[in-house]
Amino acid sequence: MALSRLASSSSRSADLLKPLCSAISLRRPISTDTTPITVETSVPFTSHQCDTPSRSVQTNAKELFTFFRDMALMRRMEIAADSLYKAKLIRGFCHLYDGQEAVAVGMEAAITKKDCIITAYRDHCTFVSRGGTLLEVFAELMGRQAGCSRGKGGSMHFYKKDSNFYGGHGIVGAQVPLGCGLAFAQKYSKDEAVTFALYGDGAANQGQLFEALNISALWDLPAILVCENNHYGMGTAEWRAAKSPAYYKRGDYAPGLKVDGMDAFAVKQACTFAKEHALKNGPIILEMDTYRYHGHSMSDPGSTYRTRDEITGVRQERDPVERIRKLILSHDLATEKELKDIEKEIRKEVDDAIAQAKENPLPESSELFTNVYAKGLGVESFGADRKEVRAILP
Amino acid sequence: MAAIFQGVGAAAALSSSLSNSFDSKKFVSSPLRKGASFAVVRSDGRVNLNPKGRRAQQLISNAVATKSDSAAASSSSKPGHELLLFEALQEGLEEEMERDIRVCVMGEDVGHYGGSYKVTKGLAKKFGDLRVLDTPIAENSFTGMGIGAAMTGLRPVVEGMNMGFLLLAFNQISNNCGMLHYTSGGQFTIPIVIRGPGGVGRQLGAEHSQRLESYFQSIPGIQMVACSTPYNAKGLMKAAIRSENPVILFEHVLLYNLKERIPDEDYICNLEEAEMVRPGEHVTILTYSRMRYHVMQAAKTLVNKGYDPEVIDIRSLKPFDLYTIGNSVKKTHRVLIVEECMRTGGIGASLIAAITENFNDYLDAPIMCLSSQDVPTPYAGTLEEVTVVQPAQIVTAVEQLCQ
Repeated sequence: MALSRLASSSSRSADLLKPLCSAISLRRPISTDTTPITVETSVPFTSHQCDTPSRSVQTNAKELFTFFRDMALMRRMEIAADSLYKAKLIRGFCHLYDGQEAVAVGMEAAITKKDCIITAYRDHCTFVSRGGTLLEVFAELMGRQAGCSRGKGGSMHFYKKDSNFYGGHGIVGAQVPLGCGLAFAQKYSKDEAVTFALYGDGAANQGQLFEALNISALWDLPAILVCENNHYGMGTAEWRAAKSPAYYKRGDYAPGLKVDGMDAFAVKQACTFAKEHALKNGPIILEMDTYRYHGHSMSDPGSTYRTRDEITGVRQERDPVERIRKLILSHDLATEKELKDIEKEIRKEVDDAIAQAKENPLPESSELFTNVYAKGLGVESFGADRKEVRAILP
Repeated sequence: MAAIFQGVGAAAALSSSLSNSFDSKKFVSSPLRKGASFAVVRSDGRVNLNPKGRRAQQLISNAVATKSDSAAASSSSKPGHELLLFEALQEGLEEEMERDIRVCVMGEDVGHYGGSYKVTKGLAKKFGDLRVLDTPIAENSFTGMGIGAAMTGLRPVVEGMNMGFLLLAFNQISNNCGMLHYTSGGQFTIPIVIRGPGGVGRQLGAEHSQRLESYFQSIPGIQMVACSTPYNAKGLMKAAIRSENPVILFEHVLLYNLKERIPDEDYICNLEEAEMVRPGEHVTILTYSRMRYHVMQAAKTLVNKGYDPEVIDIRSLKPFDLYTIGNSVKKTHRVLIVEECMRTGGIGASLIAAITENFNDYLDAPIMCLSSQDVPTPYAGTLEEVTVVQPAQIVTAVEQLCQ
């Protein structure tokens, strides 16, 4: 298994799994095998104003297991969040990413932590793929102190500065100019890294997107605009919202690539290609053809604007986790039972994290006033006579 | 209290800023502007001022000027140099760009054109196209890009050609600029400066005479300052750039050609401090930006009539300097607010609430607030004059207040 991943998540589950792992590794050393395996993407890429990358993707057993484990973890995490929301432990808005895991996992496999990712409010899984822990996720969703934003952000405001994950934004489309600003900073500081600014098919109709793309193309910024096209902008299907639903073509002067977003290897290939392109030639648009099983958010049943048959159809034919499972089984890298064991272990990990997050305290009242301003050049919160400090600033 | 400025903080900021992204070869030497100090940055990050004889880098915070009628330089015996307000802004910006390589300017026509009010004149030639950036007419996105760049540690100065245009970027300013530090639990700071001219000009029409301080004032997380003299323009510009918080610097279209003598040495103005323009005994007049000059004109008449008004330029629109204001109220017991904002929901309205809440016991009379009329600014000159507060109205108001 991906032992490094196990070690980083929680020591308890690592201890639990040591006997399992050593047993497995005695019998199956190829789980950490790095001999190359070639995989074909499900469909060829279509491009606009650029070459298409090859359909053959190099991978290996280790990566396959990493993908499987990561995506299964994300899937379980989102379903657990669903139950927590219904139990009223998570309030407000909760936008779930299940079905779209391949985009997060494939993108992360193609890039380094120096590259920046910024996305909208469907950010739980992207946060995890950037290195966030399950405890941080659940604690933030439940508004506890151990959350990644100290409980003050919520579902739509996950950030992880040390791994260049810039969130987590509630207003549709506003993150794209921010993302182009990140790319500008990377160019300014000569970082040789790129920024992936993710948005949805609904946000693709925002004007600020085209404004930001124009500026990025003029200034040659290493910005990659990724449209996660799950075909529905909340309740409005893409053909009802966009005159031209070919989102990868809407950059006009900027090249675009249409990718099967349910195939992690296609995503990985496209992101590698895009990174190379952006560093040399400026912005490029990637359209990830993906699907979300849940509704837009927890308050949306998701079935008033689409049929249940459609949802089950996609789940049967294109599910990203199933695809990796089939690949692992067909390449004889593990048995059904072993994969089920991994999933059981993931389920336990998620349950442990939820239990730990439930124990975590809510923020103190004084937290209300912290981090409104950054301390610098004489900024304090004063009472009227300027002597009494109204809040204790960090 | 907040007398000497965080020299330590400034030095720390300086050394961290010159860490990895500075390329000394790119440091272009260019003809010095008269009176500008030129910093030579060494490879280990130490900064020496131009050996041509400027004194050691010493930060002086101009707190309260004790001279009446003028907020001119209260520092050392050196006479300083004379310049116009837009030149003072330019000087401040240029000095900060030399001092910290992370400072960049973004806006429409700031680069090759030199800035529509010449505030960024000459900077593009000196610092290059990557540090002084001409943007297309896309306020929403380039403000957003400035904020995104600030999240990584750059210090952009975003210029709105007219403050009114920044309404298009309101979402970015309110949600991203103001709130990201809070919603990320302190992970990101947004050291951005958003500046531009606003206010009622000379028959510019309704859409180009907006006073946005009233719209931005309730955004948590941002600071707002309004400059009114070349001295505080330069000082506030520098302080705003050095601040870790997002700062909105309000300039006024009609004040760009004010001339004043300012000190040669490096100084900044405290962002949260008000300026005592004229100490007095009878009434406290609180004002900012262009109305300061209408108030001072009225003050001349008032002095002739035997009144002794205390005039305070509040400068910091968010947060209010309730310390200076409070002390003044405790002394005079009467308050008149003269502002250019509209009466409804303006800075004056908030100031009335703040003073009443905190100093109600000290007031002998209800607070009077003179603001612009709640109308779109008309084009016709006579109507425009009536929209804005005039000195005669200020005199009448003080007489009424002091009865």
